[in-house]
Amino acid sequence: MNSIGITSIIAGLALFIILTLAAYTVVLERILSAWIQQRTGPNRVGSPASGKMMIAAKNSIFLRIINIGWLQPLADVIKLLLKEDIIPAGANRKVHFLAPVIAVTIALITMSVIPFARGVYIADVNIGVLFTLAATSIGVYGITLAGWSSNSKYSLLGGIRSSAQMISYELAMGIVVVSVILLTNFRMADGSNCLSLVNIVETQVQSGVWNVFINPIGFLIFMTCALAEANRSPFDLVEAEQELVGGFHTEYSSMKFANFFVAEYLHVIMGSMMVVTLFFGGYGGPAENILGVASWGSVGQIAWGLGWFAFKTFFFMCVYVWIRWTIPRFKYNQLMNIGWKSFLPLSLVNLVVIAFVLALIYAGK
Amino acid sequence: MNHGISEFGHVLLYLAGGAIFIGLIALLNKLLAPNHPNPEKLTTYECGEDPVGNANVQFNIRFYVVGLIFLIFDVEILFLFPWATIFADVKIIQNVPLWGVFALAEMSIFVVILLLGLLYVWVKGDLEWIKPEALEPERINPVPDSLYEEINRKYTYQSTVKKTQAGVTP
Repeated sequence: MNSIGITSIIAGLALFIILTLAAYTVVLERILSAWIQQRTGPNRVGSPASGKMMIAAKNSIFLRIINIGWLQPLADVIKLLLKEDIIPAGANRKVHFLAPVIAVTIALITMSVIPFARGVYIADVNIGVLFTLAATSIGVYGITLAGWSSNSKYSLLGGIRSSAQMISYELAMGIVVVSVILLTNFRMADGSNCLSLVNIVETQVQSGVWNVFINPIGFLIFMTCALAEANRSPFDLVEAEQELVGGFHTEYSSMKFANFFVAEYLHVIMGSMMVVTLFFGGYGGPAENILGVASWGSVGQIAWGLGWFAFKTFFFMCVYVWIRWTIPRFKYNQLMNIGWKSFLPLSLVNLVVIAFVLALIYAGK
Repeated sequence: MNHGISEFGHVLLYLAGGAIFIGLIALLNKLLAPNHPNPEKLTTYECGEDPVGNANVQFNIRFYVVGLIFLIFDVEILFLFPWATIFADVKIIQNVPLWGVFALAEMSIFVVILLLGLLYVWVKGDLEWIKPEALEPERINPVPDSLYEEINRKYTYQSTVKKTQAGVTP
């Protein structure tokens, strides 16, 4: 357990980093999508090289890298801050104000239990996994309330769709999490708390075998469900532009809209972090036993852990973006069928198979 | 717990920080942004038309059914968590030699009941999402269709007629 001073520092730093990161995830998404679609992407705000310089340097890779619009998020924030906040007539003003606040705060809350490196976390809650599951469930309130309070048909439809989608995919997610707990419990084999995310990561790091190698189907289901919970394409029926204009945020403008935007990207970051924590060994790097990481001293260990955690999270964020620009949106009946008829039975069977194998190993002992 | 704040207290601290930050941004927005509402601007967006009726429309009952099914399954899955935390408990295994078999059998029965429930809902058709049927607008036209077809046949080029017969609309 950390002291309150260290917690405050970590919490403040984490908050600062995560919000900056959310802003830069937008840039990352724009750059990657431009690259996938062979466009130029953001190259104006905060790009020091002018067009003439680019031509003179024959589009050198160095200039391209520094020319990717580093200050774009700052410009976006300033623009959104200066825009008028329009609340439509007939909207429930209080709920209309609260909905984006709920969306962002709940999106932030998951991060408080994730261990970033050995000993670096905001809180080691003894039921960390349940806590994250609960937080993702509450996350739907922001969107549903936004849809309901706007007094717009598009928003309402988006909100209802969102809640139905979330609850459909949460079941499979929960069962996969049960299988992860089961594995952790078995591998720790000392009866200590296996619901804590810190312990889940530690078992993976110490044995060097990440959960994804033992439970690959669970990983795939969890990844897809995290995608659905974040309302990201191909599960973005909540804000399907072609049919619902903007979905739940049709009637939102200015900073309130920005809050929803931030919440969506926070969900991307949190989803990546959860996948890394549960399945990819959190802050563990490869070959830790050979390198002798345990004898590096606390600063070296933390730097090593943070580096690997950041790298893995970044990788999964890129996968999220990659999926968004590759797979087209599902129809609503397809979405429901995948959730209820594929993932739910599959995750249950996966759980039973894992439990059966573990029981066989018992019997062998 | 030497400083009197539990781990959940830390979460609350962090959350309070986040909420204050969002509040500050909202306040800044209030101070900086212009505010010139007019009735035209405040209308609900419906693709440029005047909004029709109230937005509290009736929605598909399917959503409600899905909600009910979710509730049942979620409560049942909740029972799996405590089971997962003691499945490999060393102390119990040392005292009960057949613990692994017992735990597995009990959980299997439970999951089979769960799967039966899912199968029941599936067979009853509650998981089927109704596809909307395209509504054909009713035509009130005294001219029978056969006359149109005759005109089409008469004034269409031969090549197009062949295509039409092959099932390709001209």
